[in-house]
Amino acid sequence: MSVVNELKKASLSPTFQGDPGKHPMDDFLRMDRMPHIWCSTCGIGVSVNCFAKALEKTQIPLDDVVVVSGIGCTGRVAGYVKVDSFHTTHGRAIPFATGLKLANPKLKVIVFSGDGDIIAIGGNHFINAARRNIDITVICINNFNYAMTGGQLASTTPEGAVLSTSPFGNFEKPFNLPFLAESVGAVYVARWTSLHIYNQTNSMVEAINKPGFSFVEIIAPCPTIFERQQKFGDGLDRLRWYCDNSDIQNGASTKGVDIELTNRIIVGKFVDRDRPTFIQNMNNHYRERLGDRYKIYEG
Amino acid sequence: MNADPKGVLTGSHYLDGDHACCEGALAAGCRFIAGYPITPSTEVVERFARRAPMVDGALFIQMEDELAASIAIQGAVWAGKKAMTVTSGPGFSLMMEHIGLAAMTETPCVFVDVQRGGPSTGLPTLPGQADMLQARWGSHGDYEIIAISPNSPQECFDLTVDAFNLAEQYRVPVMFMMDECVGHMMERVVIPAADKIEVTPRRYTSLPPGQYLPFKPNEDMVPDMFKAGDGYRLHVTGLTHDYRGYPAMSPQVQEELVHRLVNKIRLNAPKIWRYEEIDVKDADVVVVSFGITSRVAVEAIALARKQGVKVGMLRLIVVWPFPEDRILELAEQGKALLVAEMNYGQIFYEVERCARGKAPVLLAGHGGGTVHNIDDVAKKIMEAAKCRS
Repeated sequence: MSVVNELKKASLSPTFQGDPGKHPMDDFLRMDRMPHIWCSTCGIGVSVNCFAKALEKTQIPLDDVVVVSGIGCTGRVAGYVKVDSFHTTHGRAIPFATGLKLANPKLKVIVFSGDGDIIAIGGNHFINAARRNIDITVICINNFNYAMTGGQLASTTPEGAVLSTSPFGNFEKPFNLPFLAESVGAVYVARWTSLHIYNQTNSMVEAINKPGFSFVEIIAPCPTIFERQQKFGDGLDRLRWYCDNSDIQNGASTKGVDIELTNRIIVGKFVDRDRPTFIQNMNNHYRERLGDRYKIYEG
Repeated sequence: MNADPKGVLTGSHYLDGDHACCEGALAAGCRFIAGYPITPSTEVVERFARRAPMVDGALFIQMEDELAASIAIQGAVWAGKKAMTVTSGPGFSLMMEHIGLAAMTETPCVFVDVQRGGPSTGLPTLPGQADMLQARWGSHGDYEIIAISPNSPQECFDLTVDAFNLAEQYRVPVMFMMDECVGHMMERVVIPAADKIEVTPRRYTSLPPGQYLPFKPNEDMVPDMFKAGDGYRLHVTGLTHDYRGYPAMSPQVQEELVHRLVNKIRLNAPKIWRYEEIDVKDADVVVVSFGITSRVAVEAIALARKQGVKVGMLRLIVVWPFPEDRILELAEQGKALLVAEMNYGQIFYEVERCARGKAPVLLAGHGGGTVHNIDDVAKKIMEAAKCRS
C-alpha cells in the first residue's frame, strides 16, 4: 500500500508549473545521452532522481556542483548529470574529489559511486578521506555485488548470497558501511533503501549541506543479477520487500546495523556530528603556528 | 608569461636536486602537490610541505598511497591548479594507471620519479636509471608522454619549470626522470628573478558554454581546457570519448582520439627534442647518455681523448620523444654509438633502432646501485672505436 503511494507521490509534483513537453529533470540530466545503461527497476536511477531533487532543495547553483564517479554501474552517474562531472578510475573517485575540493573549496563536490568502487578497491581512500574530514559528500549505491562485470562477490555481499564467484554461497563477512564510516570519522551517516525516496532525498540535502565528510548509503535492487541470483524477484518485488522489512531507527548505534541476506534492514540517519574540516583544521593550525606569515587558504 | 614572484626564491643557493626540483615546481606555478613518502624522492615533498604555507594559494597533502596521490593532482588540475606528484620506482609502478588517465583526459601535470635500483623494492637508497621505458610505456594502451632527465641540481630547477611548461603546452603528463644521485647531490643552484622565468599558462578556452567542445583539437592537435566551476557543466572520462567528452564505444572514435593523443607528441617531436652535444663533430665515437651517467661519461671521454680516441657525447635532456633523426644522422656519419646508462639496455635498444644498422651500437650498462666506473666506460669507448675501424 505505502509502496504505491510513495511511487505516486514521486511522479506527481504538486508545484510543477513548467512546459509539459519538458521533463522536469531536463536541466539536470544530459538528455542527449539517454537512454541510460541501467536496467529496468534498478535502484540507481531512483537515487539520481532523488539527488536532482536534493540539489534543487539546497538551492546550490548547479555551476558550483561537481560530481565524481569511479567505475561500475553507479560509476556511470557522472556521465548523465548535467554538471561538471568526472568519470575517473576504479576506486579512485574519492582522491580525485579530494584534489578538486582542496584546489577550489568553493566547489560542492559529490562522489556518486557503487559499493565495490568506494568500499572494496577504494576502501583505503574512503577511510582516509573520512579521517581527514575532507568536505565532500559520498553517495554509495550498495547493490551487494559487482554488477557491471556480471555479478561477482563484493566486500558488501551478505553471507550466503550466490554470485558468479561465490557459486555455493558467500562465506565472507561483509562490511557494515555505516559502522565503518562512523568509526573512521564521517560527520554524517545515513542509510536508506531505494524505496525511501523522501528520506534519501532529505538525507542527501543534509549531507550536501553538512561541512565535512558525509556519507549516504542506499540499498538498491539489482534486478538483473543480485535479485535474480537469489531468486528474490525483480526490482519492484524488492521494493515491496524493503517496505515490509525496513525498520527506520534514526540515531541507532551503527554497530548493530549489519546486513544479513534475509533479515530486516535497519535504515535511518545514524550520525550527525560536528568536527572541523581538513581546510578549517589546516587554516587554524597554521595561523596558530605561523601567525601572520600564513595567509588563510581559500583555494 | 612571467613566473609569479610569490613562488620564486630568487638568489644563489646550495641545494640538492630534490630541493631544487621543488623550487622549480613553485617557480613554474605549481600550487598543489599530493605525495606519498618514498626514498629517495621524499625531500621534494618535505620541502614543499614546509614552503607551501608561506606561498599564497599553495597546498600540500600527504595522501594514503601513490594511487591517491597520482589522481588527487588531477582533481586539483581540473579545479584550476598546476600540480605534481613525486615518487620513486615502487610508487611509480602504482601510479601507472593514472598516468594513463592523465594521457587520456589530457590533464597537464608532472610526475617526478627519482629513480633507484630495482626491480621491486630493489635498492631504496641507491641510484638506478631503469624506469626509462616504464616512463614511456608503463600504462596500458597506446599514448605518448614527454620525459625529461636532469643531470644536476641546477637542471632539476630549470627543467622542472620546463616540465610544467611542456605539460601545459601539449596537455600531457610529463615524467621528470631524476635519479638518486642527482636527487641527493648538492651544488650551486641559481634561481633567476621571476620576470626572467617564462611560464606557460593553461590554455583555457575563450569560447562560451554551449559553443565550446572540450576535446575538439586545435591545429596543433591539442584541445583547449575548461575548469570545474566555470559554468561549462561538461564531462571528462577515461573512457574513449568524442569531442563533447561523451563516452563513445566505437572503433572510429577510438582511432581518431588515440591517434591524436599519439600524434600530438610524435608530430610535434622536433619542437620538443632537447639534447646537448659535446665534441661530436670530429668524433669517431659518440657516447649517448643522460642523468647522472652523463656526468661520469664526461670523465671517461676526457680519459679516452687523452689516449687519442676522438670521442664526443650526446646527452639526452628530453628523453621521450626520442631524437630519432639526430641518432640516425650520427649513425649515417659512421660514428660508433655507445650508450651509457644504469640498466641493461633501455635507451640502448632505442638508439639501436634509430641507427638502422648504419653504425655499431654498444652498451655500457649495469644494474644500478652506483654510478659507472669511469675506467669501465673508457674501456667501452676504446672497444667502440675499434668496432668502427
